[in-house]
Amino acid sequence: MIDFSLNEEQKALQQMAHEFAEKEMRPRAAEYDKGEAHPDDVIKKAFEVGLISCDIPEEYGGGGLSHLDTVIISEELAWGCVGMYTSIMASSLAFTPIILFGTEEQKKKYLIPFTEKPGLSSFCLTEREAGSDAGAIKTKAEKKGSEYVINGSKCFITNGGVADLYIVFANTRQEKGIRGISAFIVPGGTPGLVIGKKEDKMGHRASNTAELFFEDMKVPAENLLGSEGMGFKIAMRTLDQTRAPVGAGGVGVARAALEHAIEFTKTRVQFGKPIALFQNTSFKLAQMAMEVNAARHLVWHAAWLMDRGEKCGKESAMAKCFGSDVAMRTTVEALQLLGGYGYMKDYPMEKLMRDAKLLQIYEGTNEIQRLVIAREVIGPIK
Amino acid sequence: MCDENTGPLPLTVLTEEEEMFYGMANEFAETEIKPLVEEMDKTSHTDEALLKKLFENGFMALDIPEAYGGAEGSFFMSILAIEAVSKVDAGVGVIVDVQNTLVNNALLRWGNEDQKKKYFPKLAVDLLGAYALSEAGAGSDAFALRCKAEEKSDHYLLNGQKLWITNANEAGLFIIFANVDFSLGYKGITAFLVERDFEGFSVGKKEEKLGIRASSTCELVLENCIVPKENVLGEVGKGYKLAIETLNEGRIGIGAQMLGLAEGALANALSYTGERQQFGKQINEFQGVQFQLARMATDVEIARLIVYNAARLKDAGKIFIKEGAMAKLVAGEVAERVSSQAVDLFGGYGFTKDYPVEKQYRDAKIGQIYEGTSNIQLQTIAKMVIPR
Ligand SMILES: Cc1cc2nc3c(=O)[nH]c(=O)nc-3n(C[C@H](O)[C@H](O)[C@H](O)COP(=O)(O)OP(=O)(O)OC[C@H]3O[C@@H](n4cnc5c(N)ncnc54)[C@H](O)[C@@H]3O)c2cc1C
Ligand SMILES: Cc1cc2nc3c(=O)[nH]c(=O)nc-3n(C[C@H](O)[C@H](O)[C@H](O)COP(=O)(O)OP(=O)(O)OC[C@H]3O[C@@H](n4cnc5c(N)ncnc54)[C@H](O)[C@@H]3O)c2cc1C
Repeated sequence: MIDFSLNEEQKALQQMAHEFAEKEMRPRAAEYDKGEAHPDDVIKKAFEVGLISCDIPEEYGGGGLSHLDTVIISEELAWGCVGMYTSIMASSLAFTPIILFGTEEQKKKYLIPFTEKPGLSSFCLTEREAGSDAGAIKTKAEKKGSEYVINGSKCFITNGGVADLYIVFANTRQEKGIRGISAFIVPGGTPGLVIGKKEDKMGHRASNTAELFFEDMKVPAENLLGSEGMGFKIAMRTLDQTRAPVGAGGVGVARAALEHAIEFTKTRVQFGKPIALFQNTSFKLAQMAMEVNAARHLVWHAAWLMDRGEKCGKESAMAKCFGSDVAMRTTVEALQLLGGYGYMKDYPMEKLMRDAKLLQIYEGTNEIQRLVIAREVIGPIK
Repeated sequence: MCDENTGPLPLTVLTEEEEMFYGMANEFAETEIKPLVEEMDKTSHTDEALLKKLFENGFMALDIPEAYGGAEGSFFMSILAIEAVSKVDAGVGVIVDVQNTLVNNALLRWGNEDQKKKYFPKLAVDLLGAYALSEAGAGSDAFALRCKAEEKSDHYLLNGQKLWITNANEAGLFIIFANVDFSLGYKGITAFLVERDFEGFSVGKKEEKLGIRASSTCELVLENCIVPKENVLGEVGKGYKLAIETLNEGRIGIGAQMLGLAEGALANALSYTGERQQFGKQINEFQGVQFQLARMATDVEIARLIVYNAARLKDAGKIFIKEGAMAKLVAGEVAERVSSQAVDLFGGYGFTKDYPVEKQYRDAKIGQIYEGTSNIQLQTIAKMVIPR
């Protein structure tokens, strides 16, 4: 049985997220794009309508939304401002390991606060020398009595400078390599947690990206997630779940660009007619619409598989890779259709193009997605 | 370029003089421009001292005859200069480009002796020029311009606005296109040499834009601007021809700007992927990375051949309109692809302002927009290749 229709609840969620994106995110997008201030006001409002905690299970006060529900919302939020969406999404990225691997106590202690007051969290995996090769992280955790002492650093951490909670990956047994990695829950303000420089970056400038240093940071043993050595598995399982939402972000960005391009080309007159009447323009718009639709279906399909508890590593990677590639292609083409206007900061197009690029890089570069897909489709080679 | 014994030389082989000049331009870019790139991009500001040095080193008067203080070089030398400078900063590239391929070029071709005597010696020393055709309602459809020129006794009275004029913030001389008689349609369009301090002329809002931020882009406002009749460039009513023909050549310059940018991005990607290690190897050991680099290098070579060929055709006095349009089209697309891939190859670092590829990627997009969008190039090419 195949059914492509959204149920009443999903339609309502979509509508709610769309209205939020339109009323709260879009009007502030250009201002926060300057990258000077953090959009705390928008985050607070997002909390109030339940957008920050929507993935957290209902028993801990969250929205308990399915993966499909989440990607439907994600597309709308990214359509509003993908920079702000990244702050929200990265926070969910940090809730996921607790939801998947946390003990009852950990869930209560660390998830519930996010359902009670506005706040963000951070997922801290990447290091200077360990990006694609996440298993090569050098941050160390040493067990001393009833606590772990963590030393090292992280880079490119979304919400790093503003989070209330950090999921930190560190190696407890260096000699074991990947199998020595463990995951820790670290509350904001923990002594030894030092926030480094805030990155100045091309796009997603509303979101905070920071470097973190751990200087003899002490974490109680009960903050270990799962068991020692499970960290890499925790990271990968988490990323499997959050790739479709990155793809959904791509769909939102691409759709926004397409809509702007349609509106502009219908009203812009050159050579005595609206430029949408030139066949080249209309074919470009048709192509973009096709790709946006294809990307959305990949994303929804991956989320649907996930909700059914089926294997979806390949499909999630496809959704992320294709969704972000479509965002890139569409924003580039749409900017072109706006001509000189597209190049100016007075119009939203150039921001969309800058923003699109990151979707191809974070949560595993698109090369890494292709690696995942290739491995699965090719299978073992004798 | 033709050697009697061996036939034509390969396109990319430079003459001794070209080689020396290109080497000098590359060195200038590395030592004088590179240290300023980040700051100019950040503050969206043209460094005055750099502008002065561009003049002092002869980059702003490459085509101007020696008699007027210029280098009396070839068009190809302008192309080499734009390319070399754009490897390091395409924003500076367009400053060199507009001065040589549009302003000096138009004056050389269409100016009378008095105008040349008056302006060339300054354009060679410290006078920056700008070329003002576009308006809010007239971009691709440039001949729909609404700027009006009314004939008076010994002068014209100009009224209207120009949009997105490169270098306008620093320029002292503007080639402005206005219509003397709208009933004649495009045959009323006329070019004027307007000095910055002419009464009724002002430079308006400076745009905030995605890339090439070292070069200013501004609005021009003409309010009863008085332009002496001797400042009509070319003939009255022939401005359309002047505009088209100048842009036919200018386009090759933009091709060179995009070629330089792509080369710069490729060089950055090559050096980074040779240093960065992941999974215990240099990332340029992965075939996926190697093939991307190979593709980028091939793209750059294609852009170089097509740009050089168009420029050499022009210097040889051959027809080059289709080839010029193709050169801009291809080089613009190459710059976008190569710079985009360079960002990807830098991973997360490519997205930050700590590395130069982030800026190169933002700079690249303009190559497909100004001096005729890619679609307009396709239109020109289509007209020339499709039999009627
Ligand atoms: C704005 C921003 C926010 C981020 N937020 C977070 C966050 O919240 N938490 C977090 O942990 N991380 C975060 N990251 C980090 C991000 O996930 C990494 O940047 C990404 O995984 C790539 O790693 P890298 O930058 O080290 O690139 P590298 O791994 O050095 O990659 C460089 C290039 O080599 C290619 N490459 C690498 N290995 C291979 C291979 N085996 N085969 C073929 N090609 C290969 C890559 O695809 C890429 O093109 C963020 C990054 C940015 C820019
Ligand atoms: C940074 C910058 C610097 C500039 N510097 C200068 C300068 O120094 N001097 C100057 O005079 N101008 C300058 N310009 C203006 C530039 O030349 C115009 O932006 C350009 O010609 C495109 O016009 P437009 O922006 O009005 O786009 P439009 O003409 O509105 O085009 C919008 C879209 O419609 C497409 N289109 C238009 N007509 C057709 C058609 N017939 N068939 C198919 N598709 C079509 C275009 O390709 C484009 O994709 C500059 C612009 C920028 C952004």
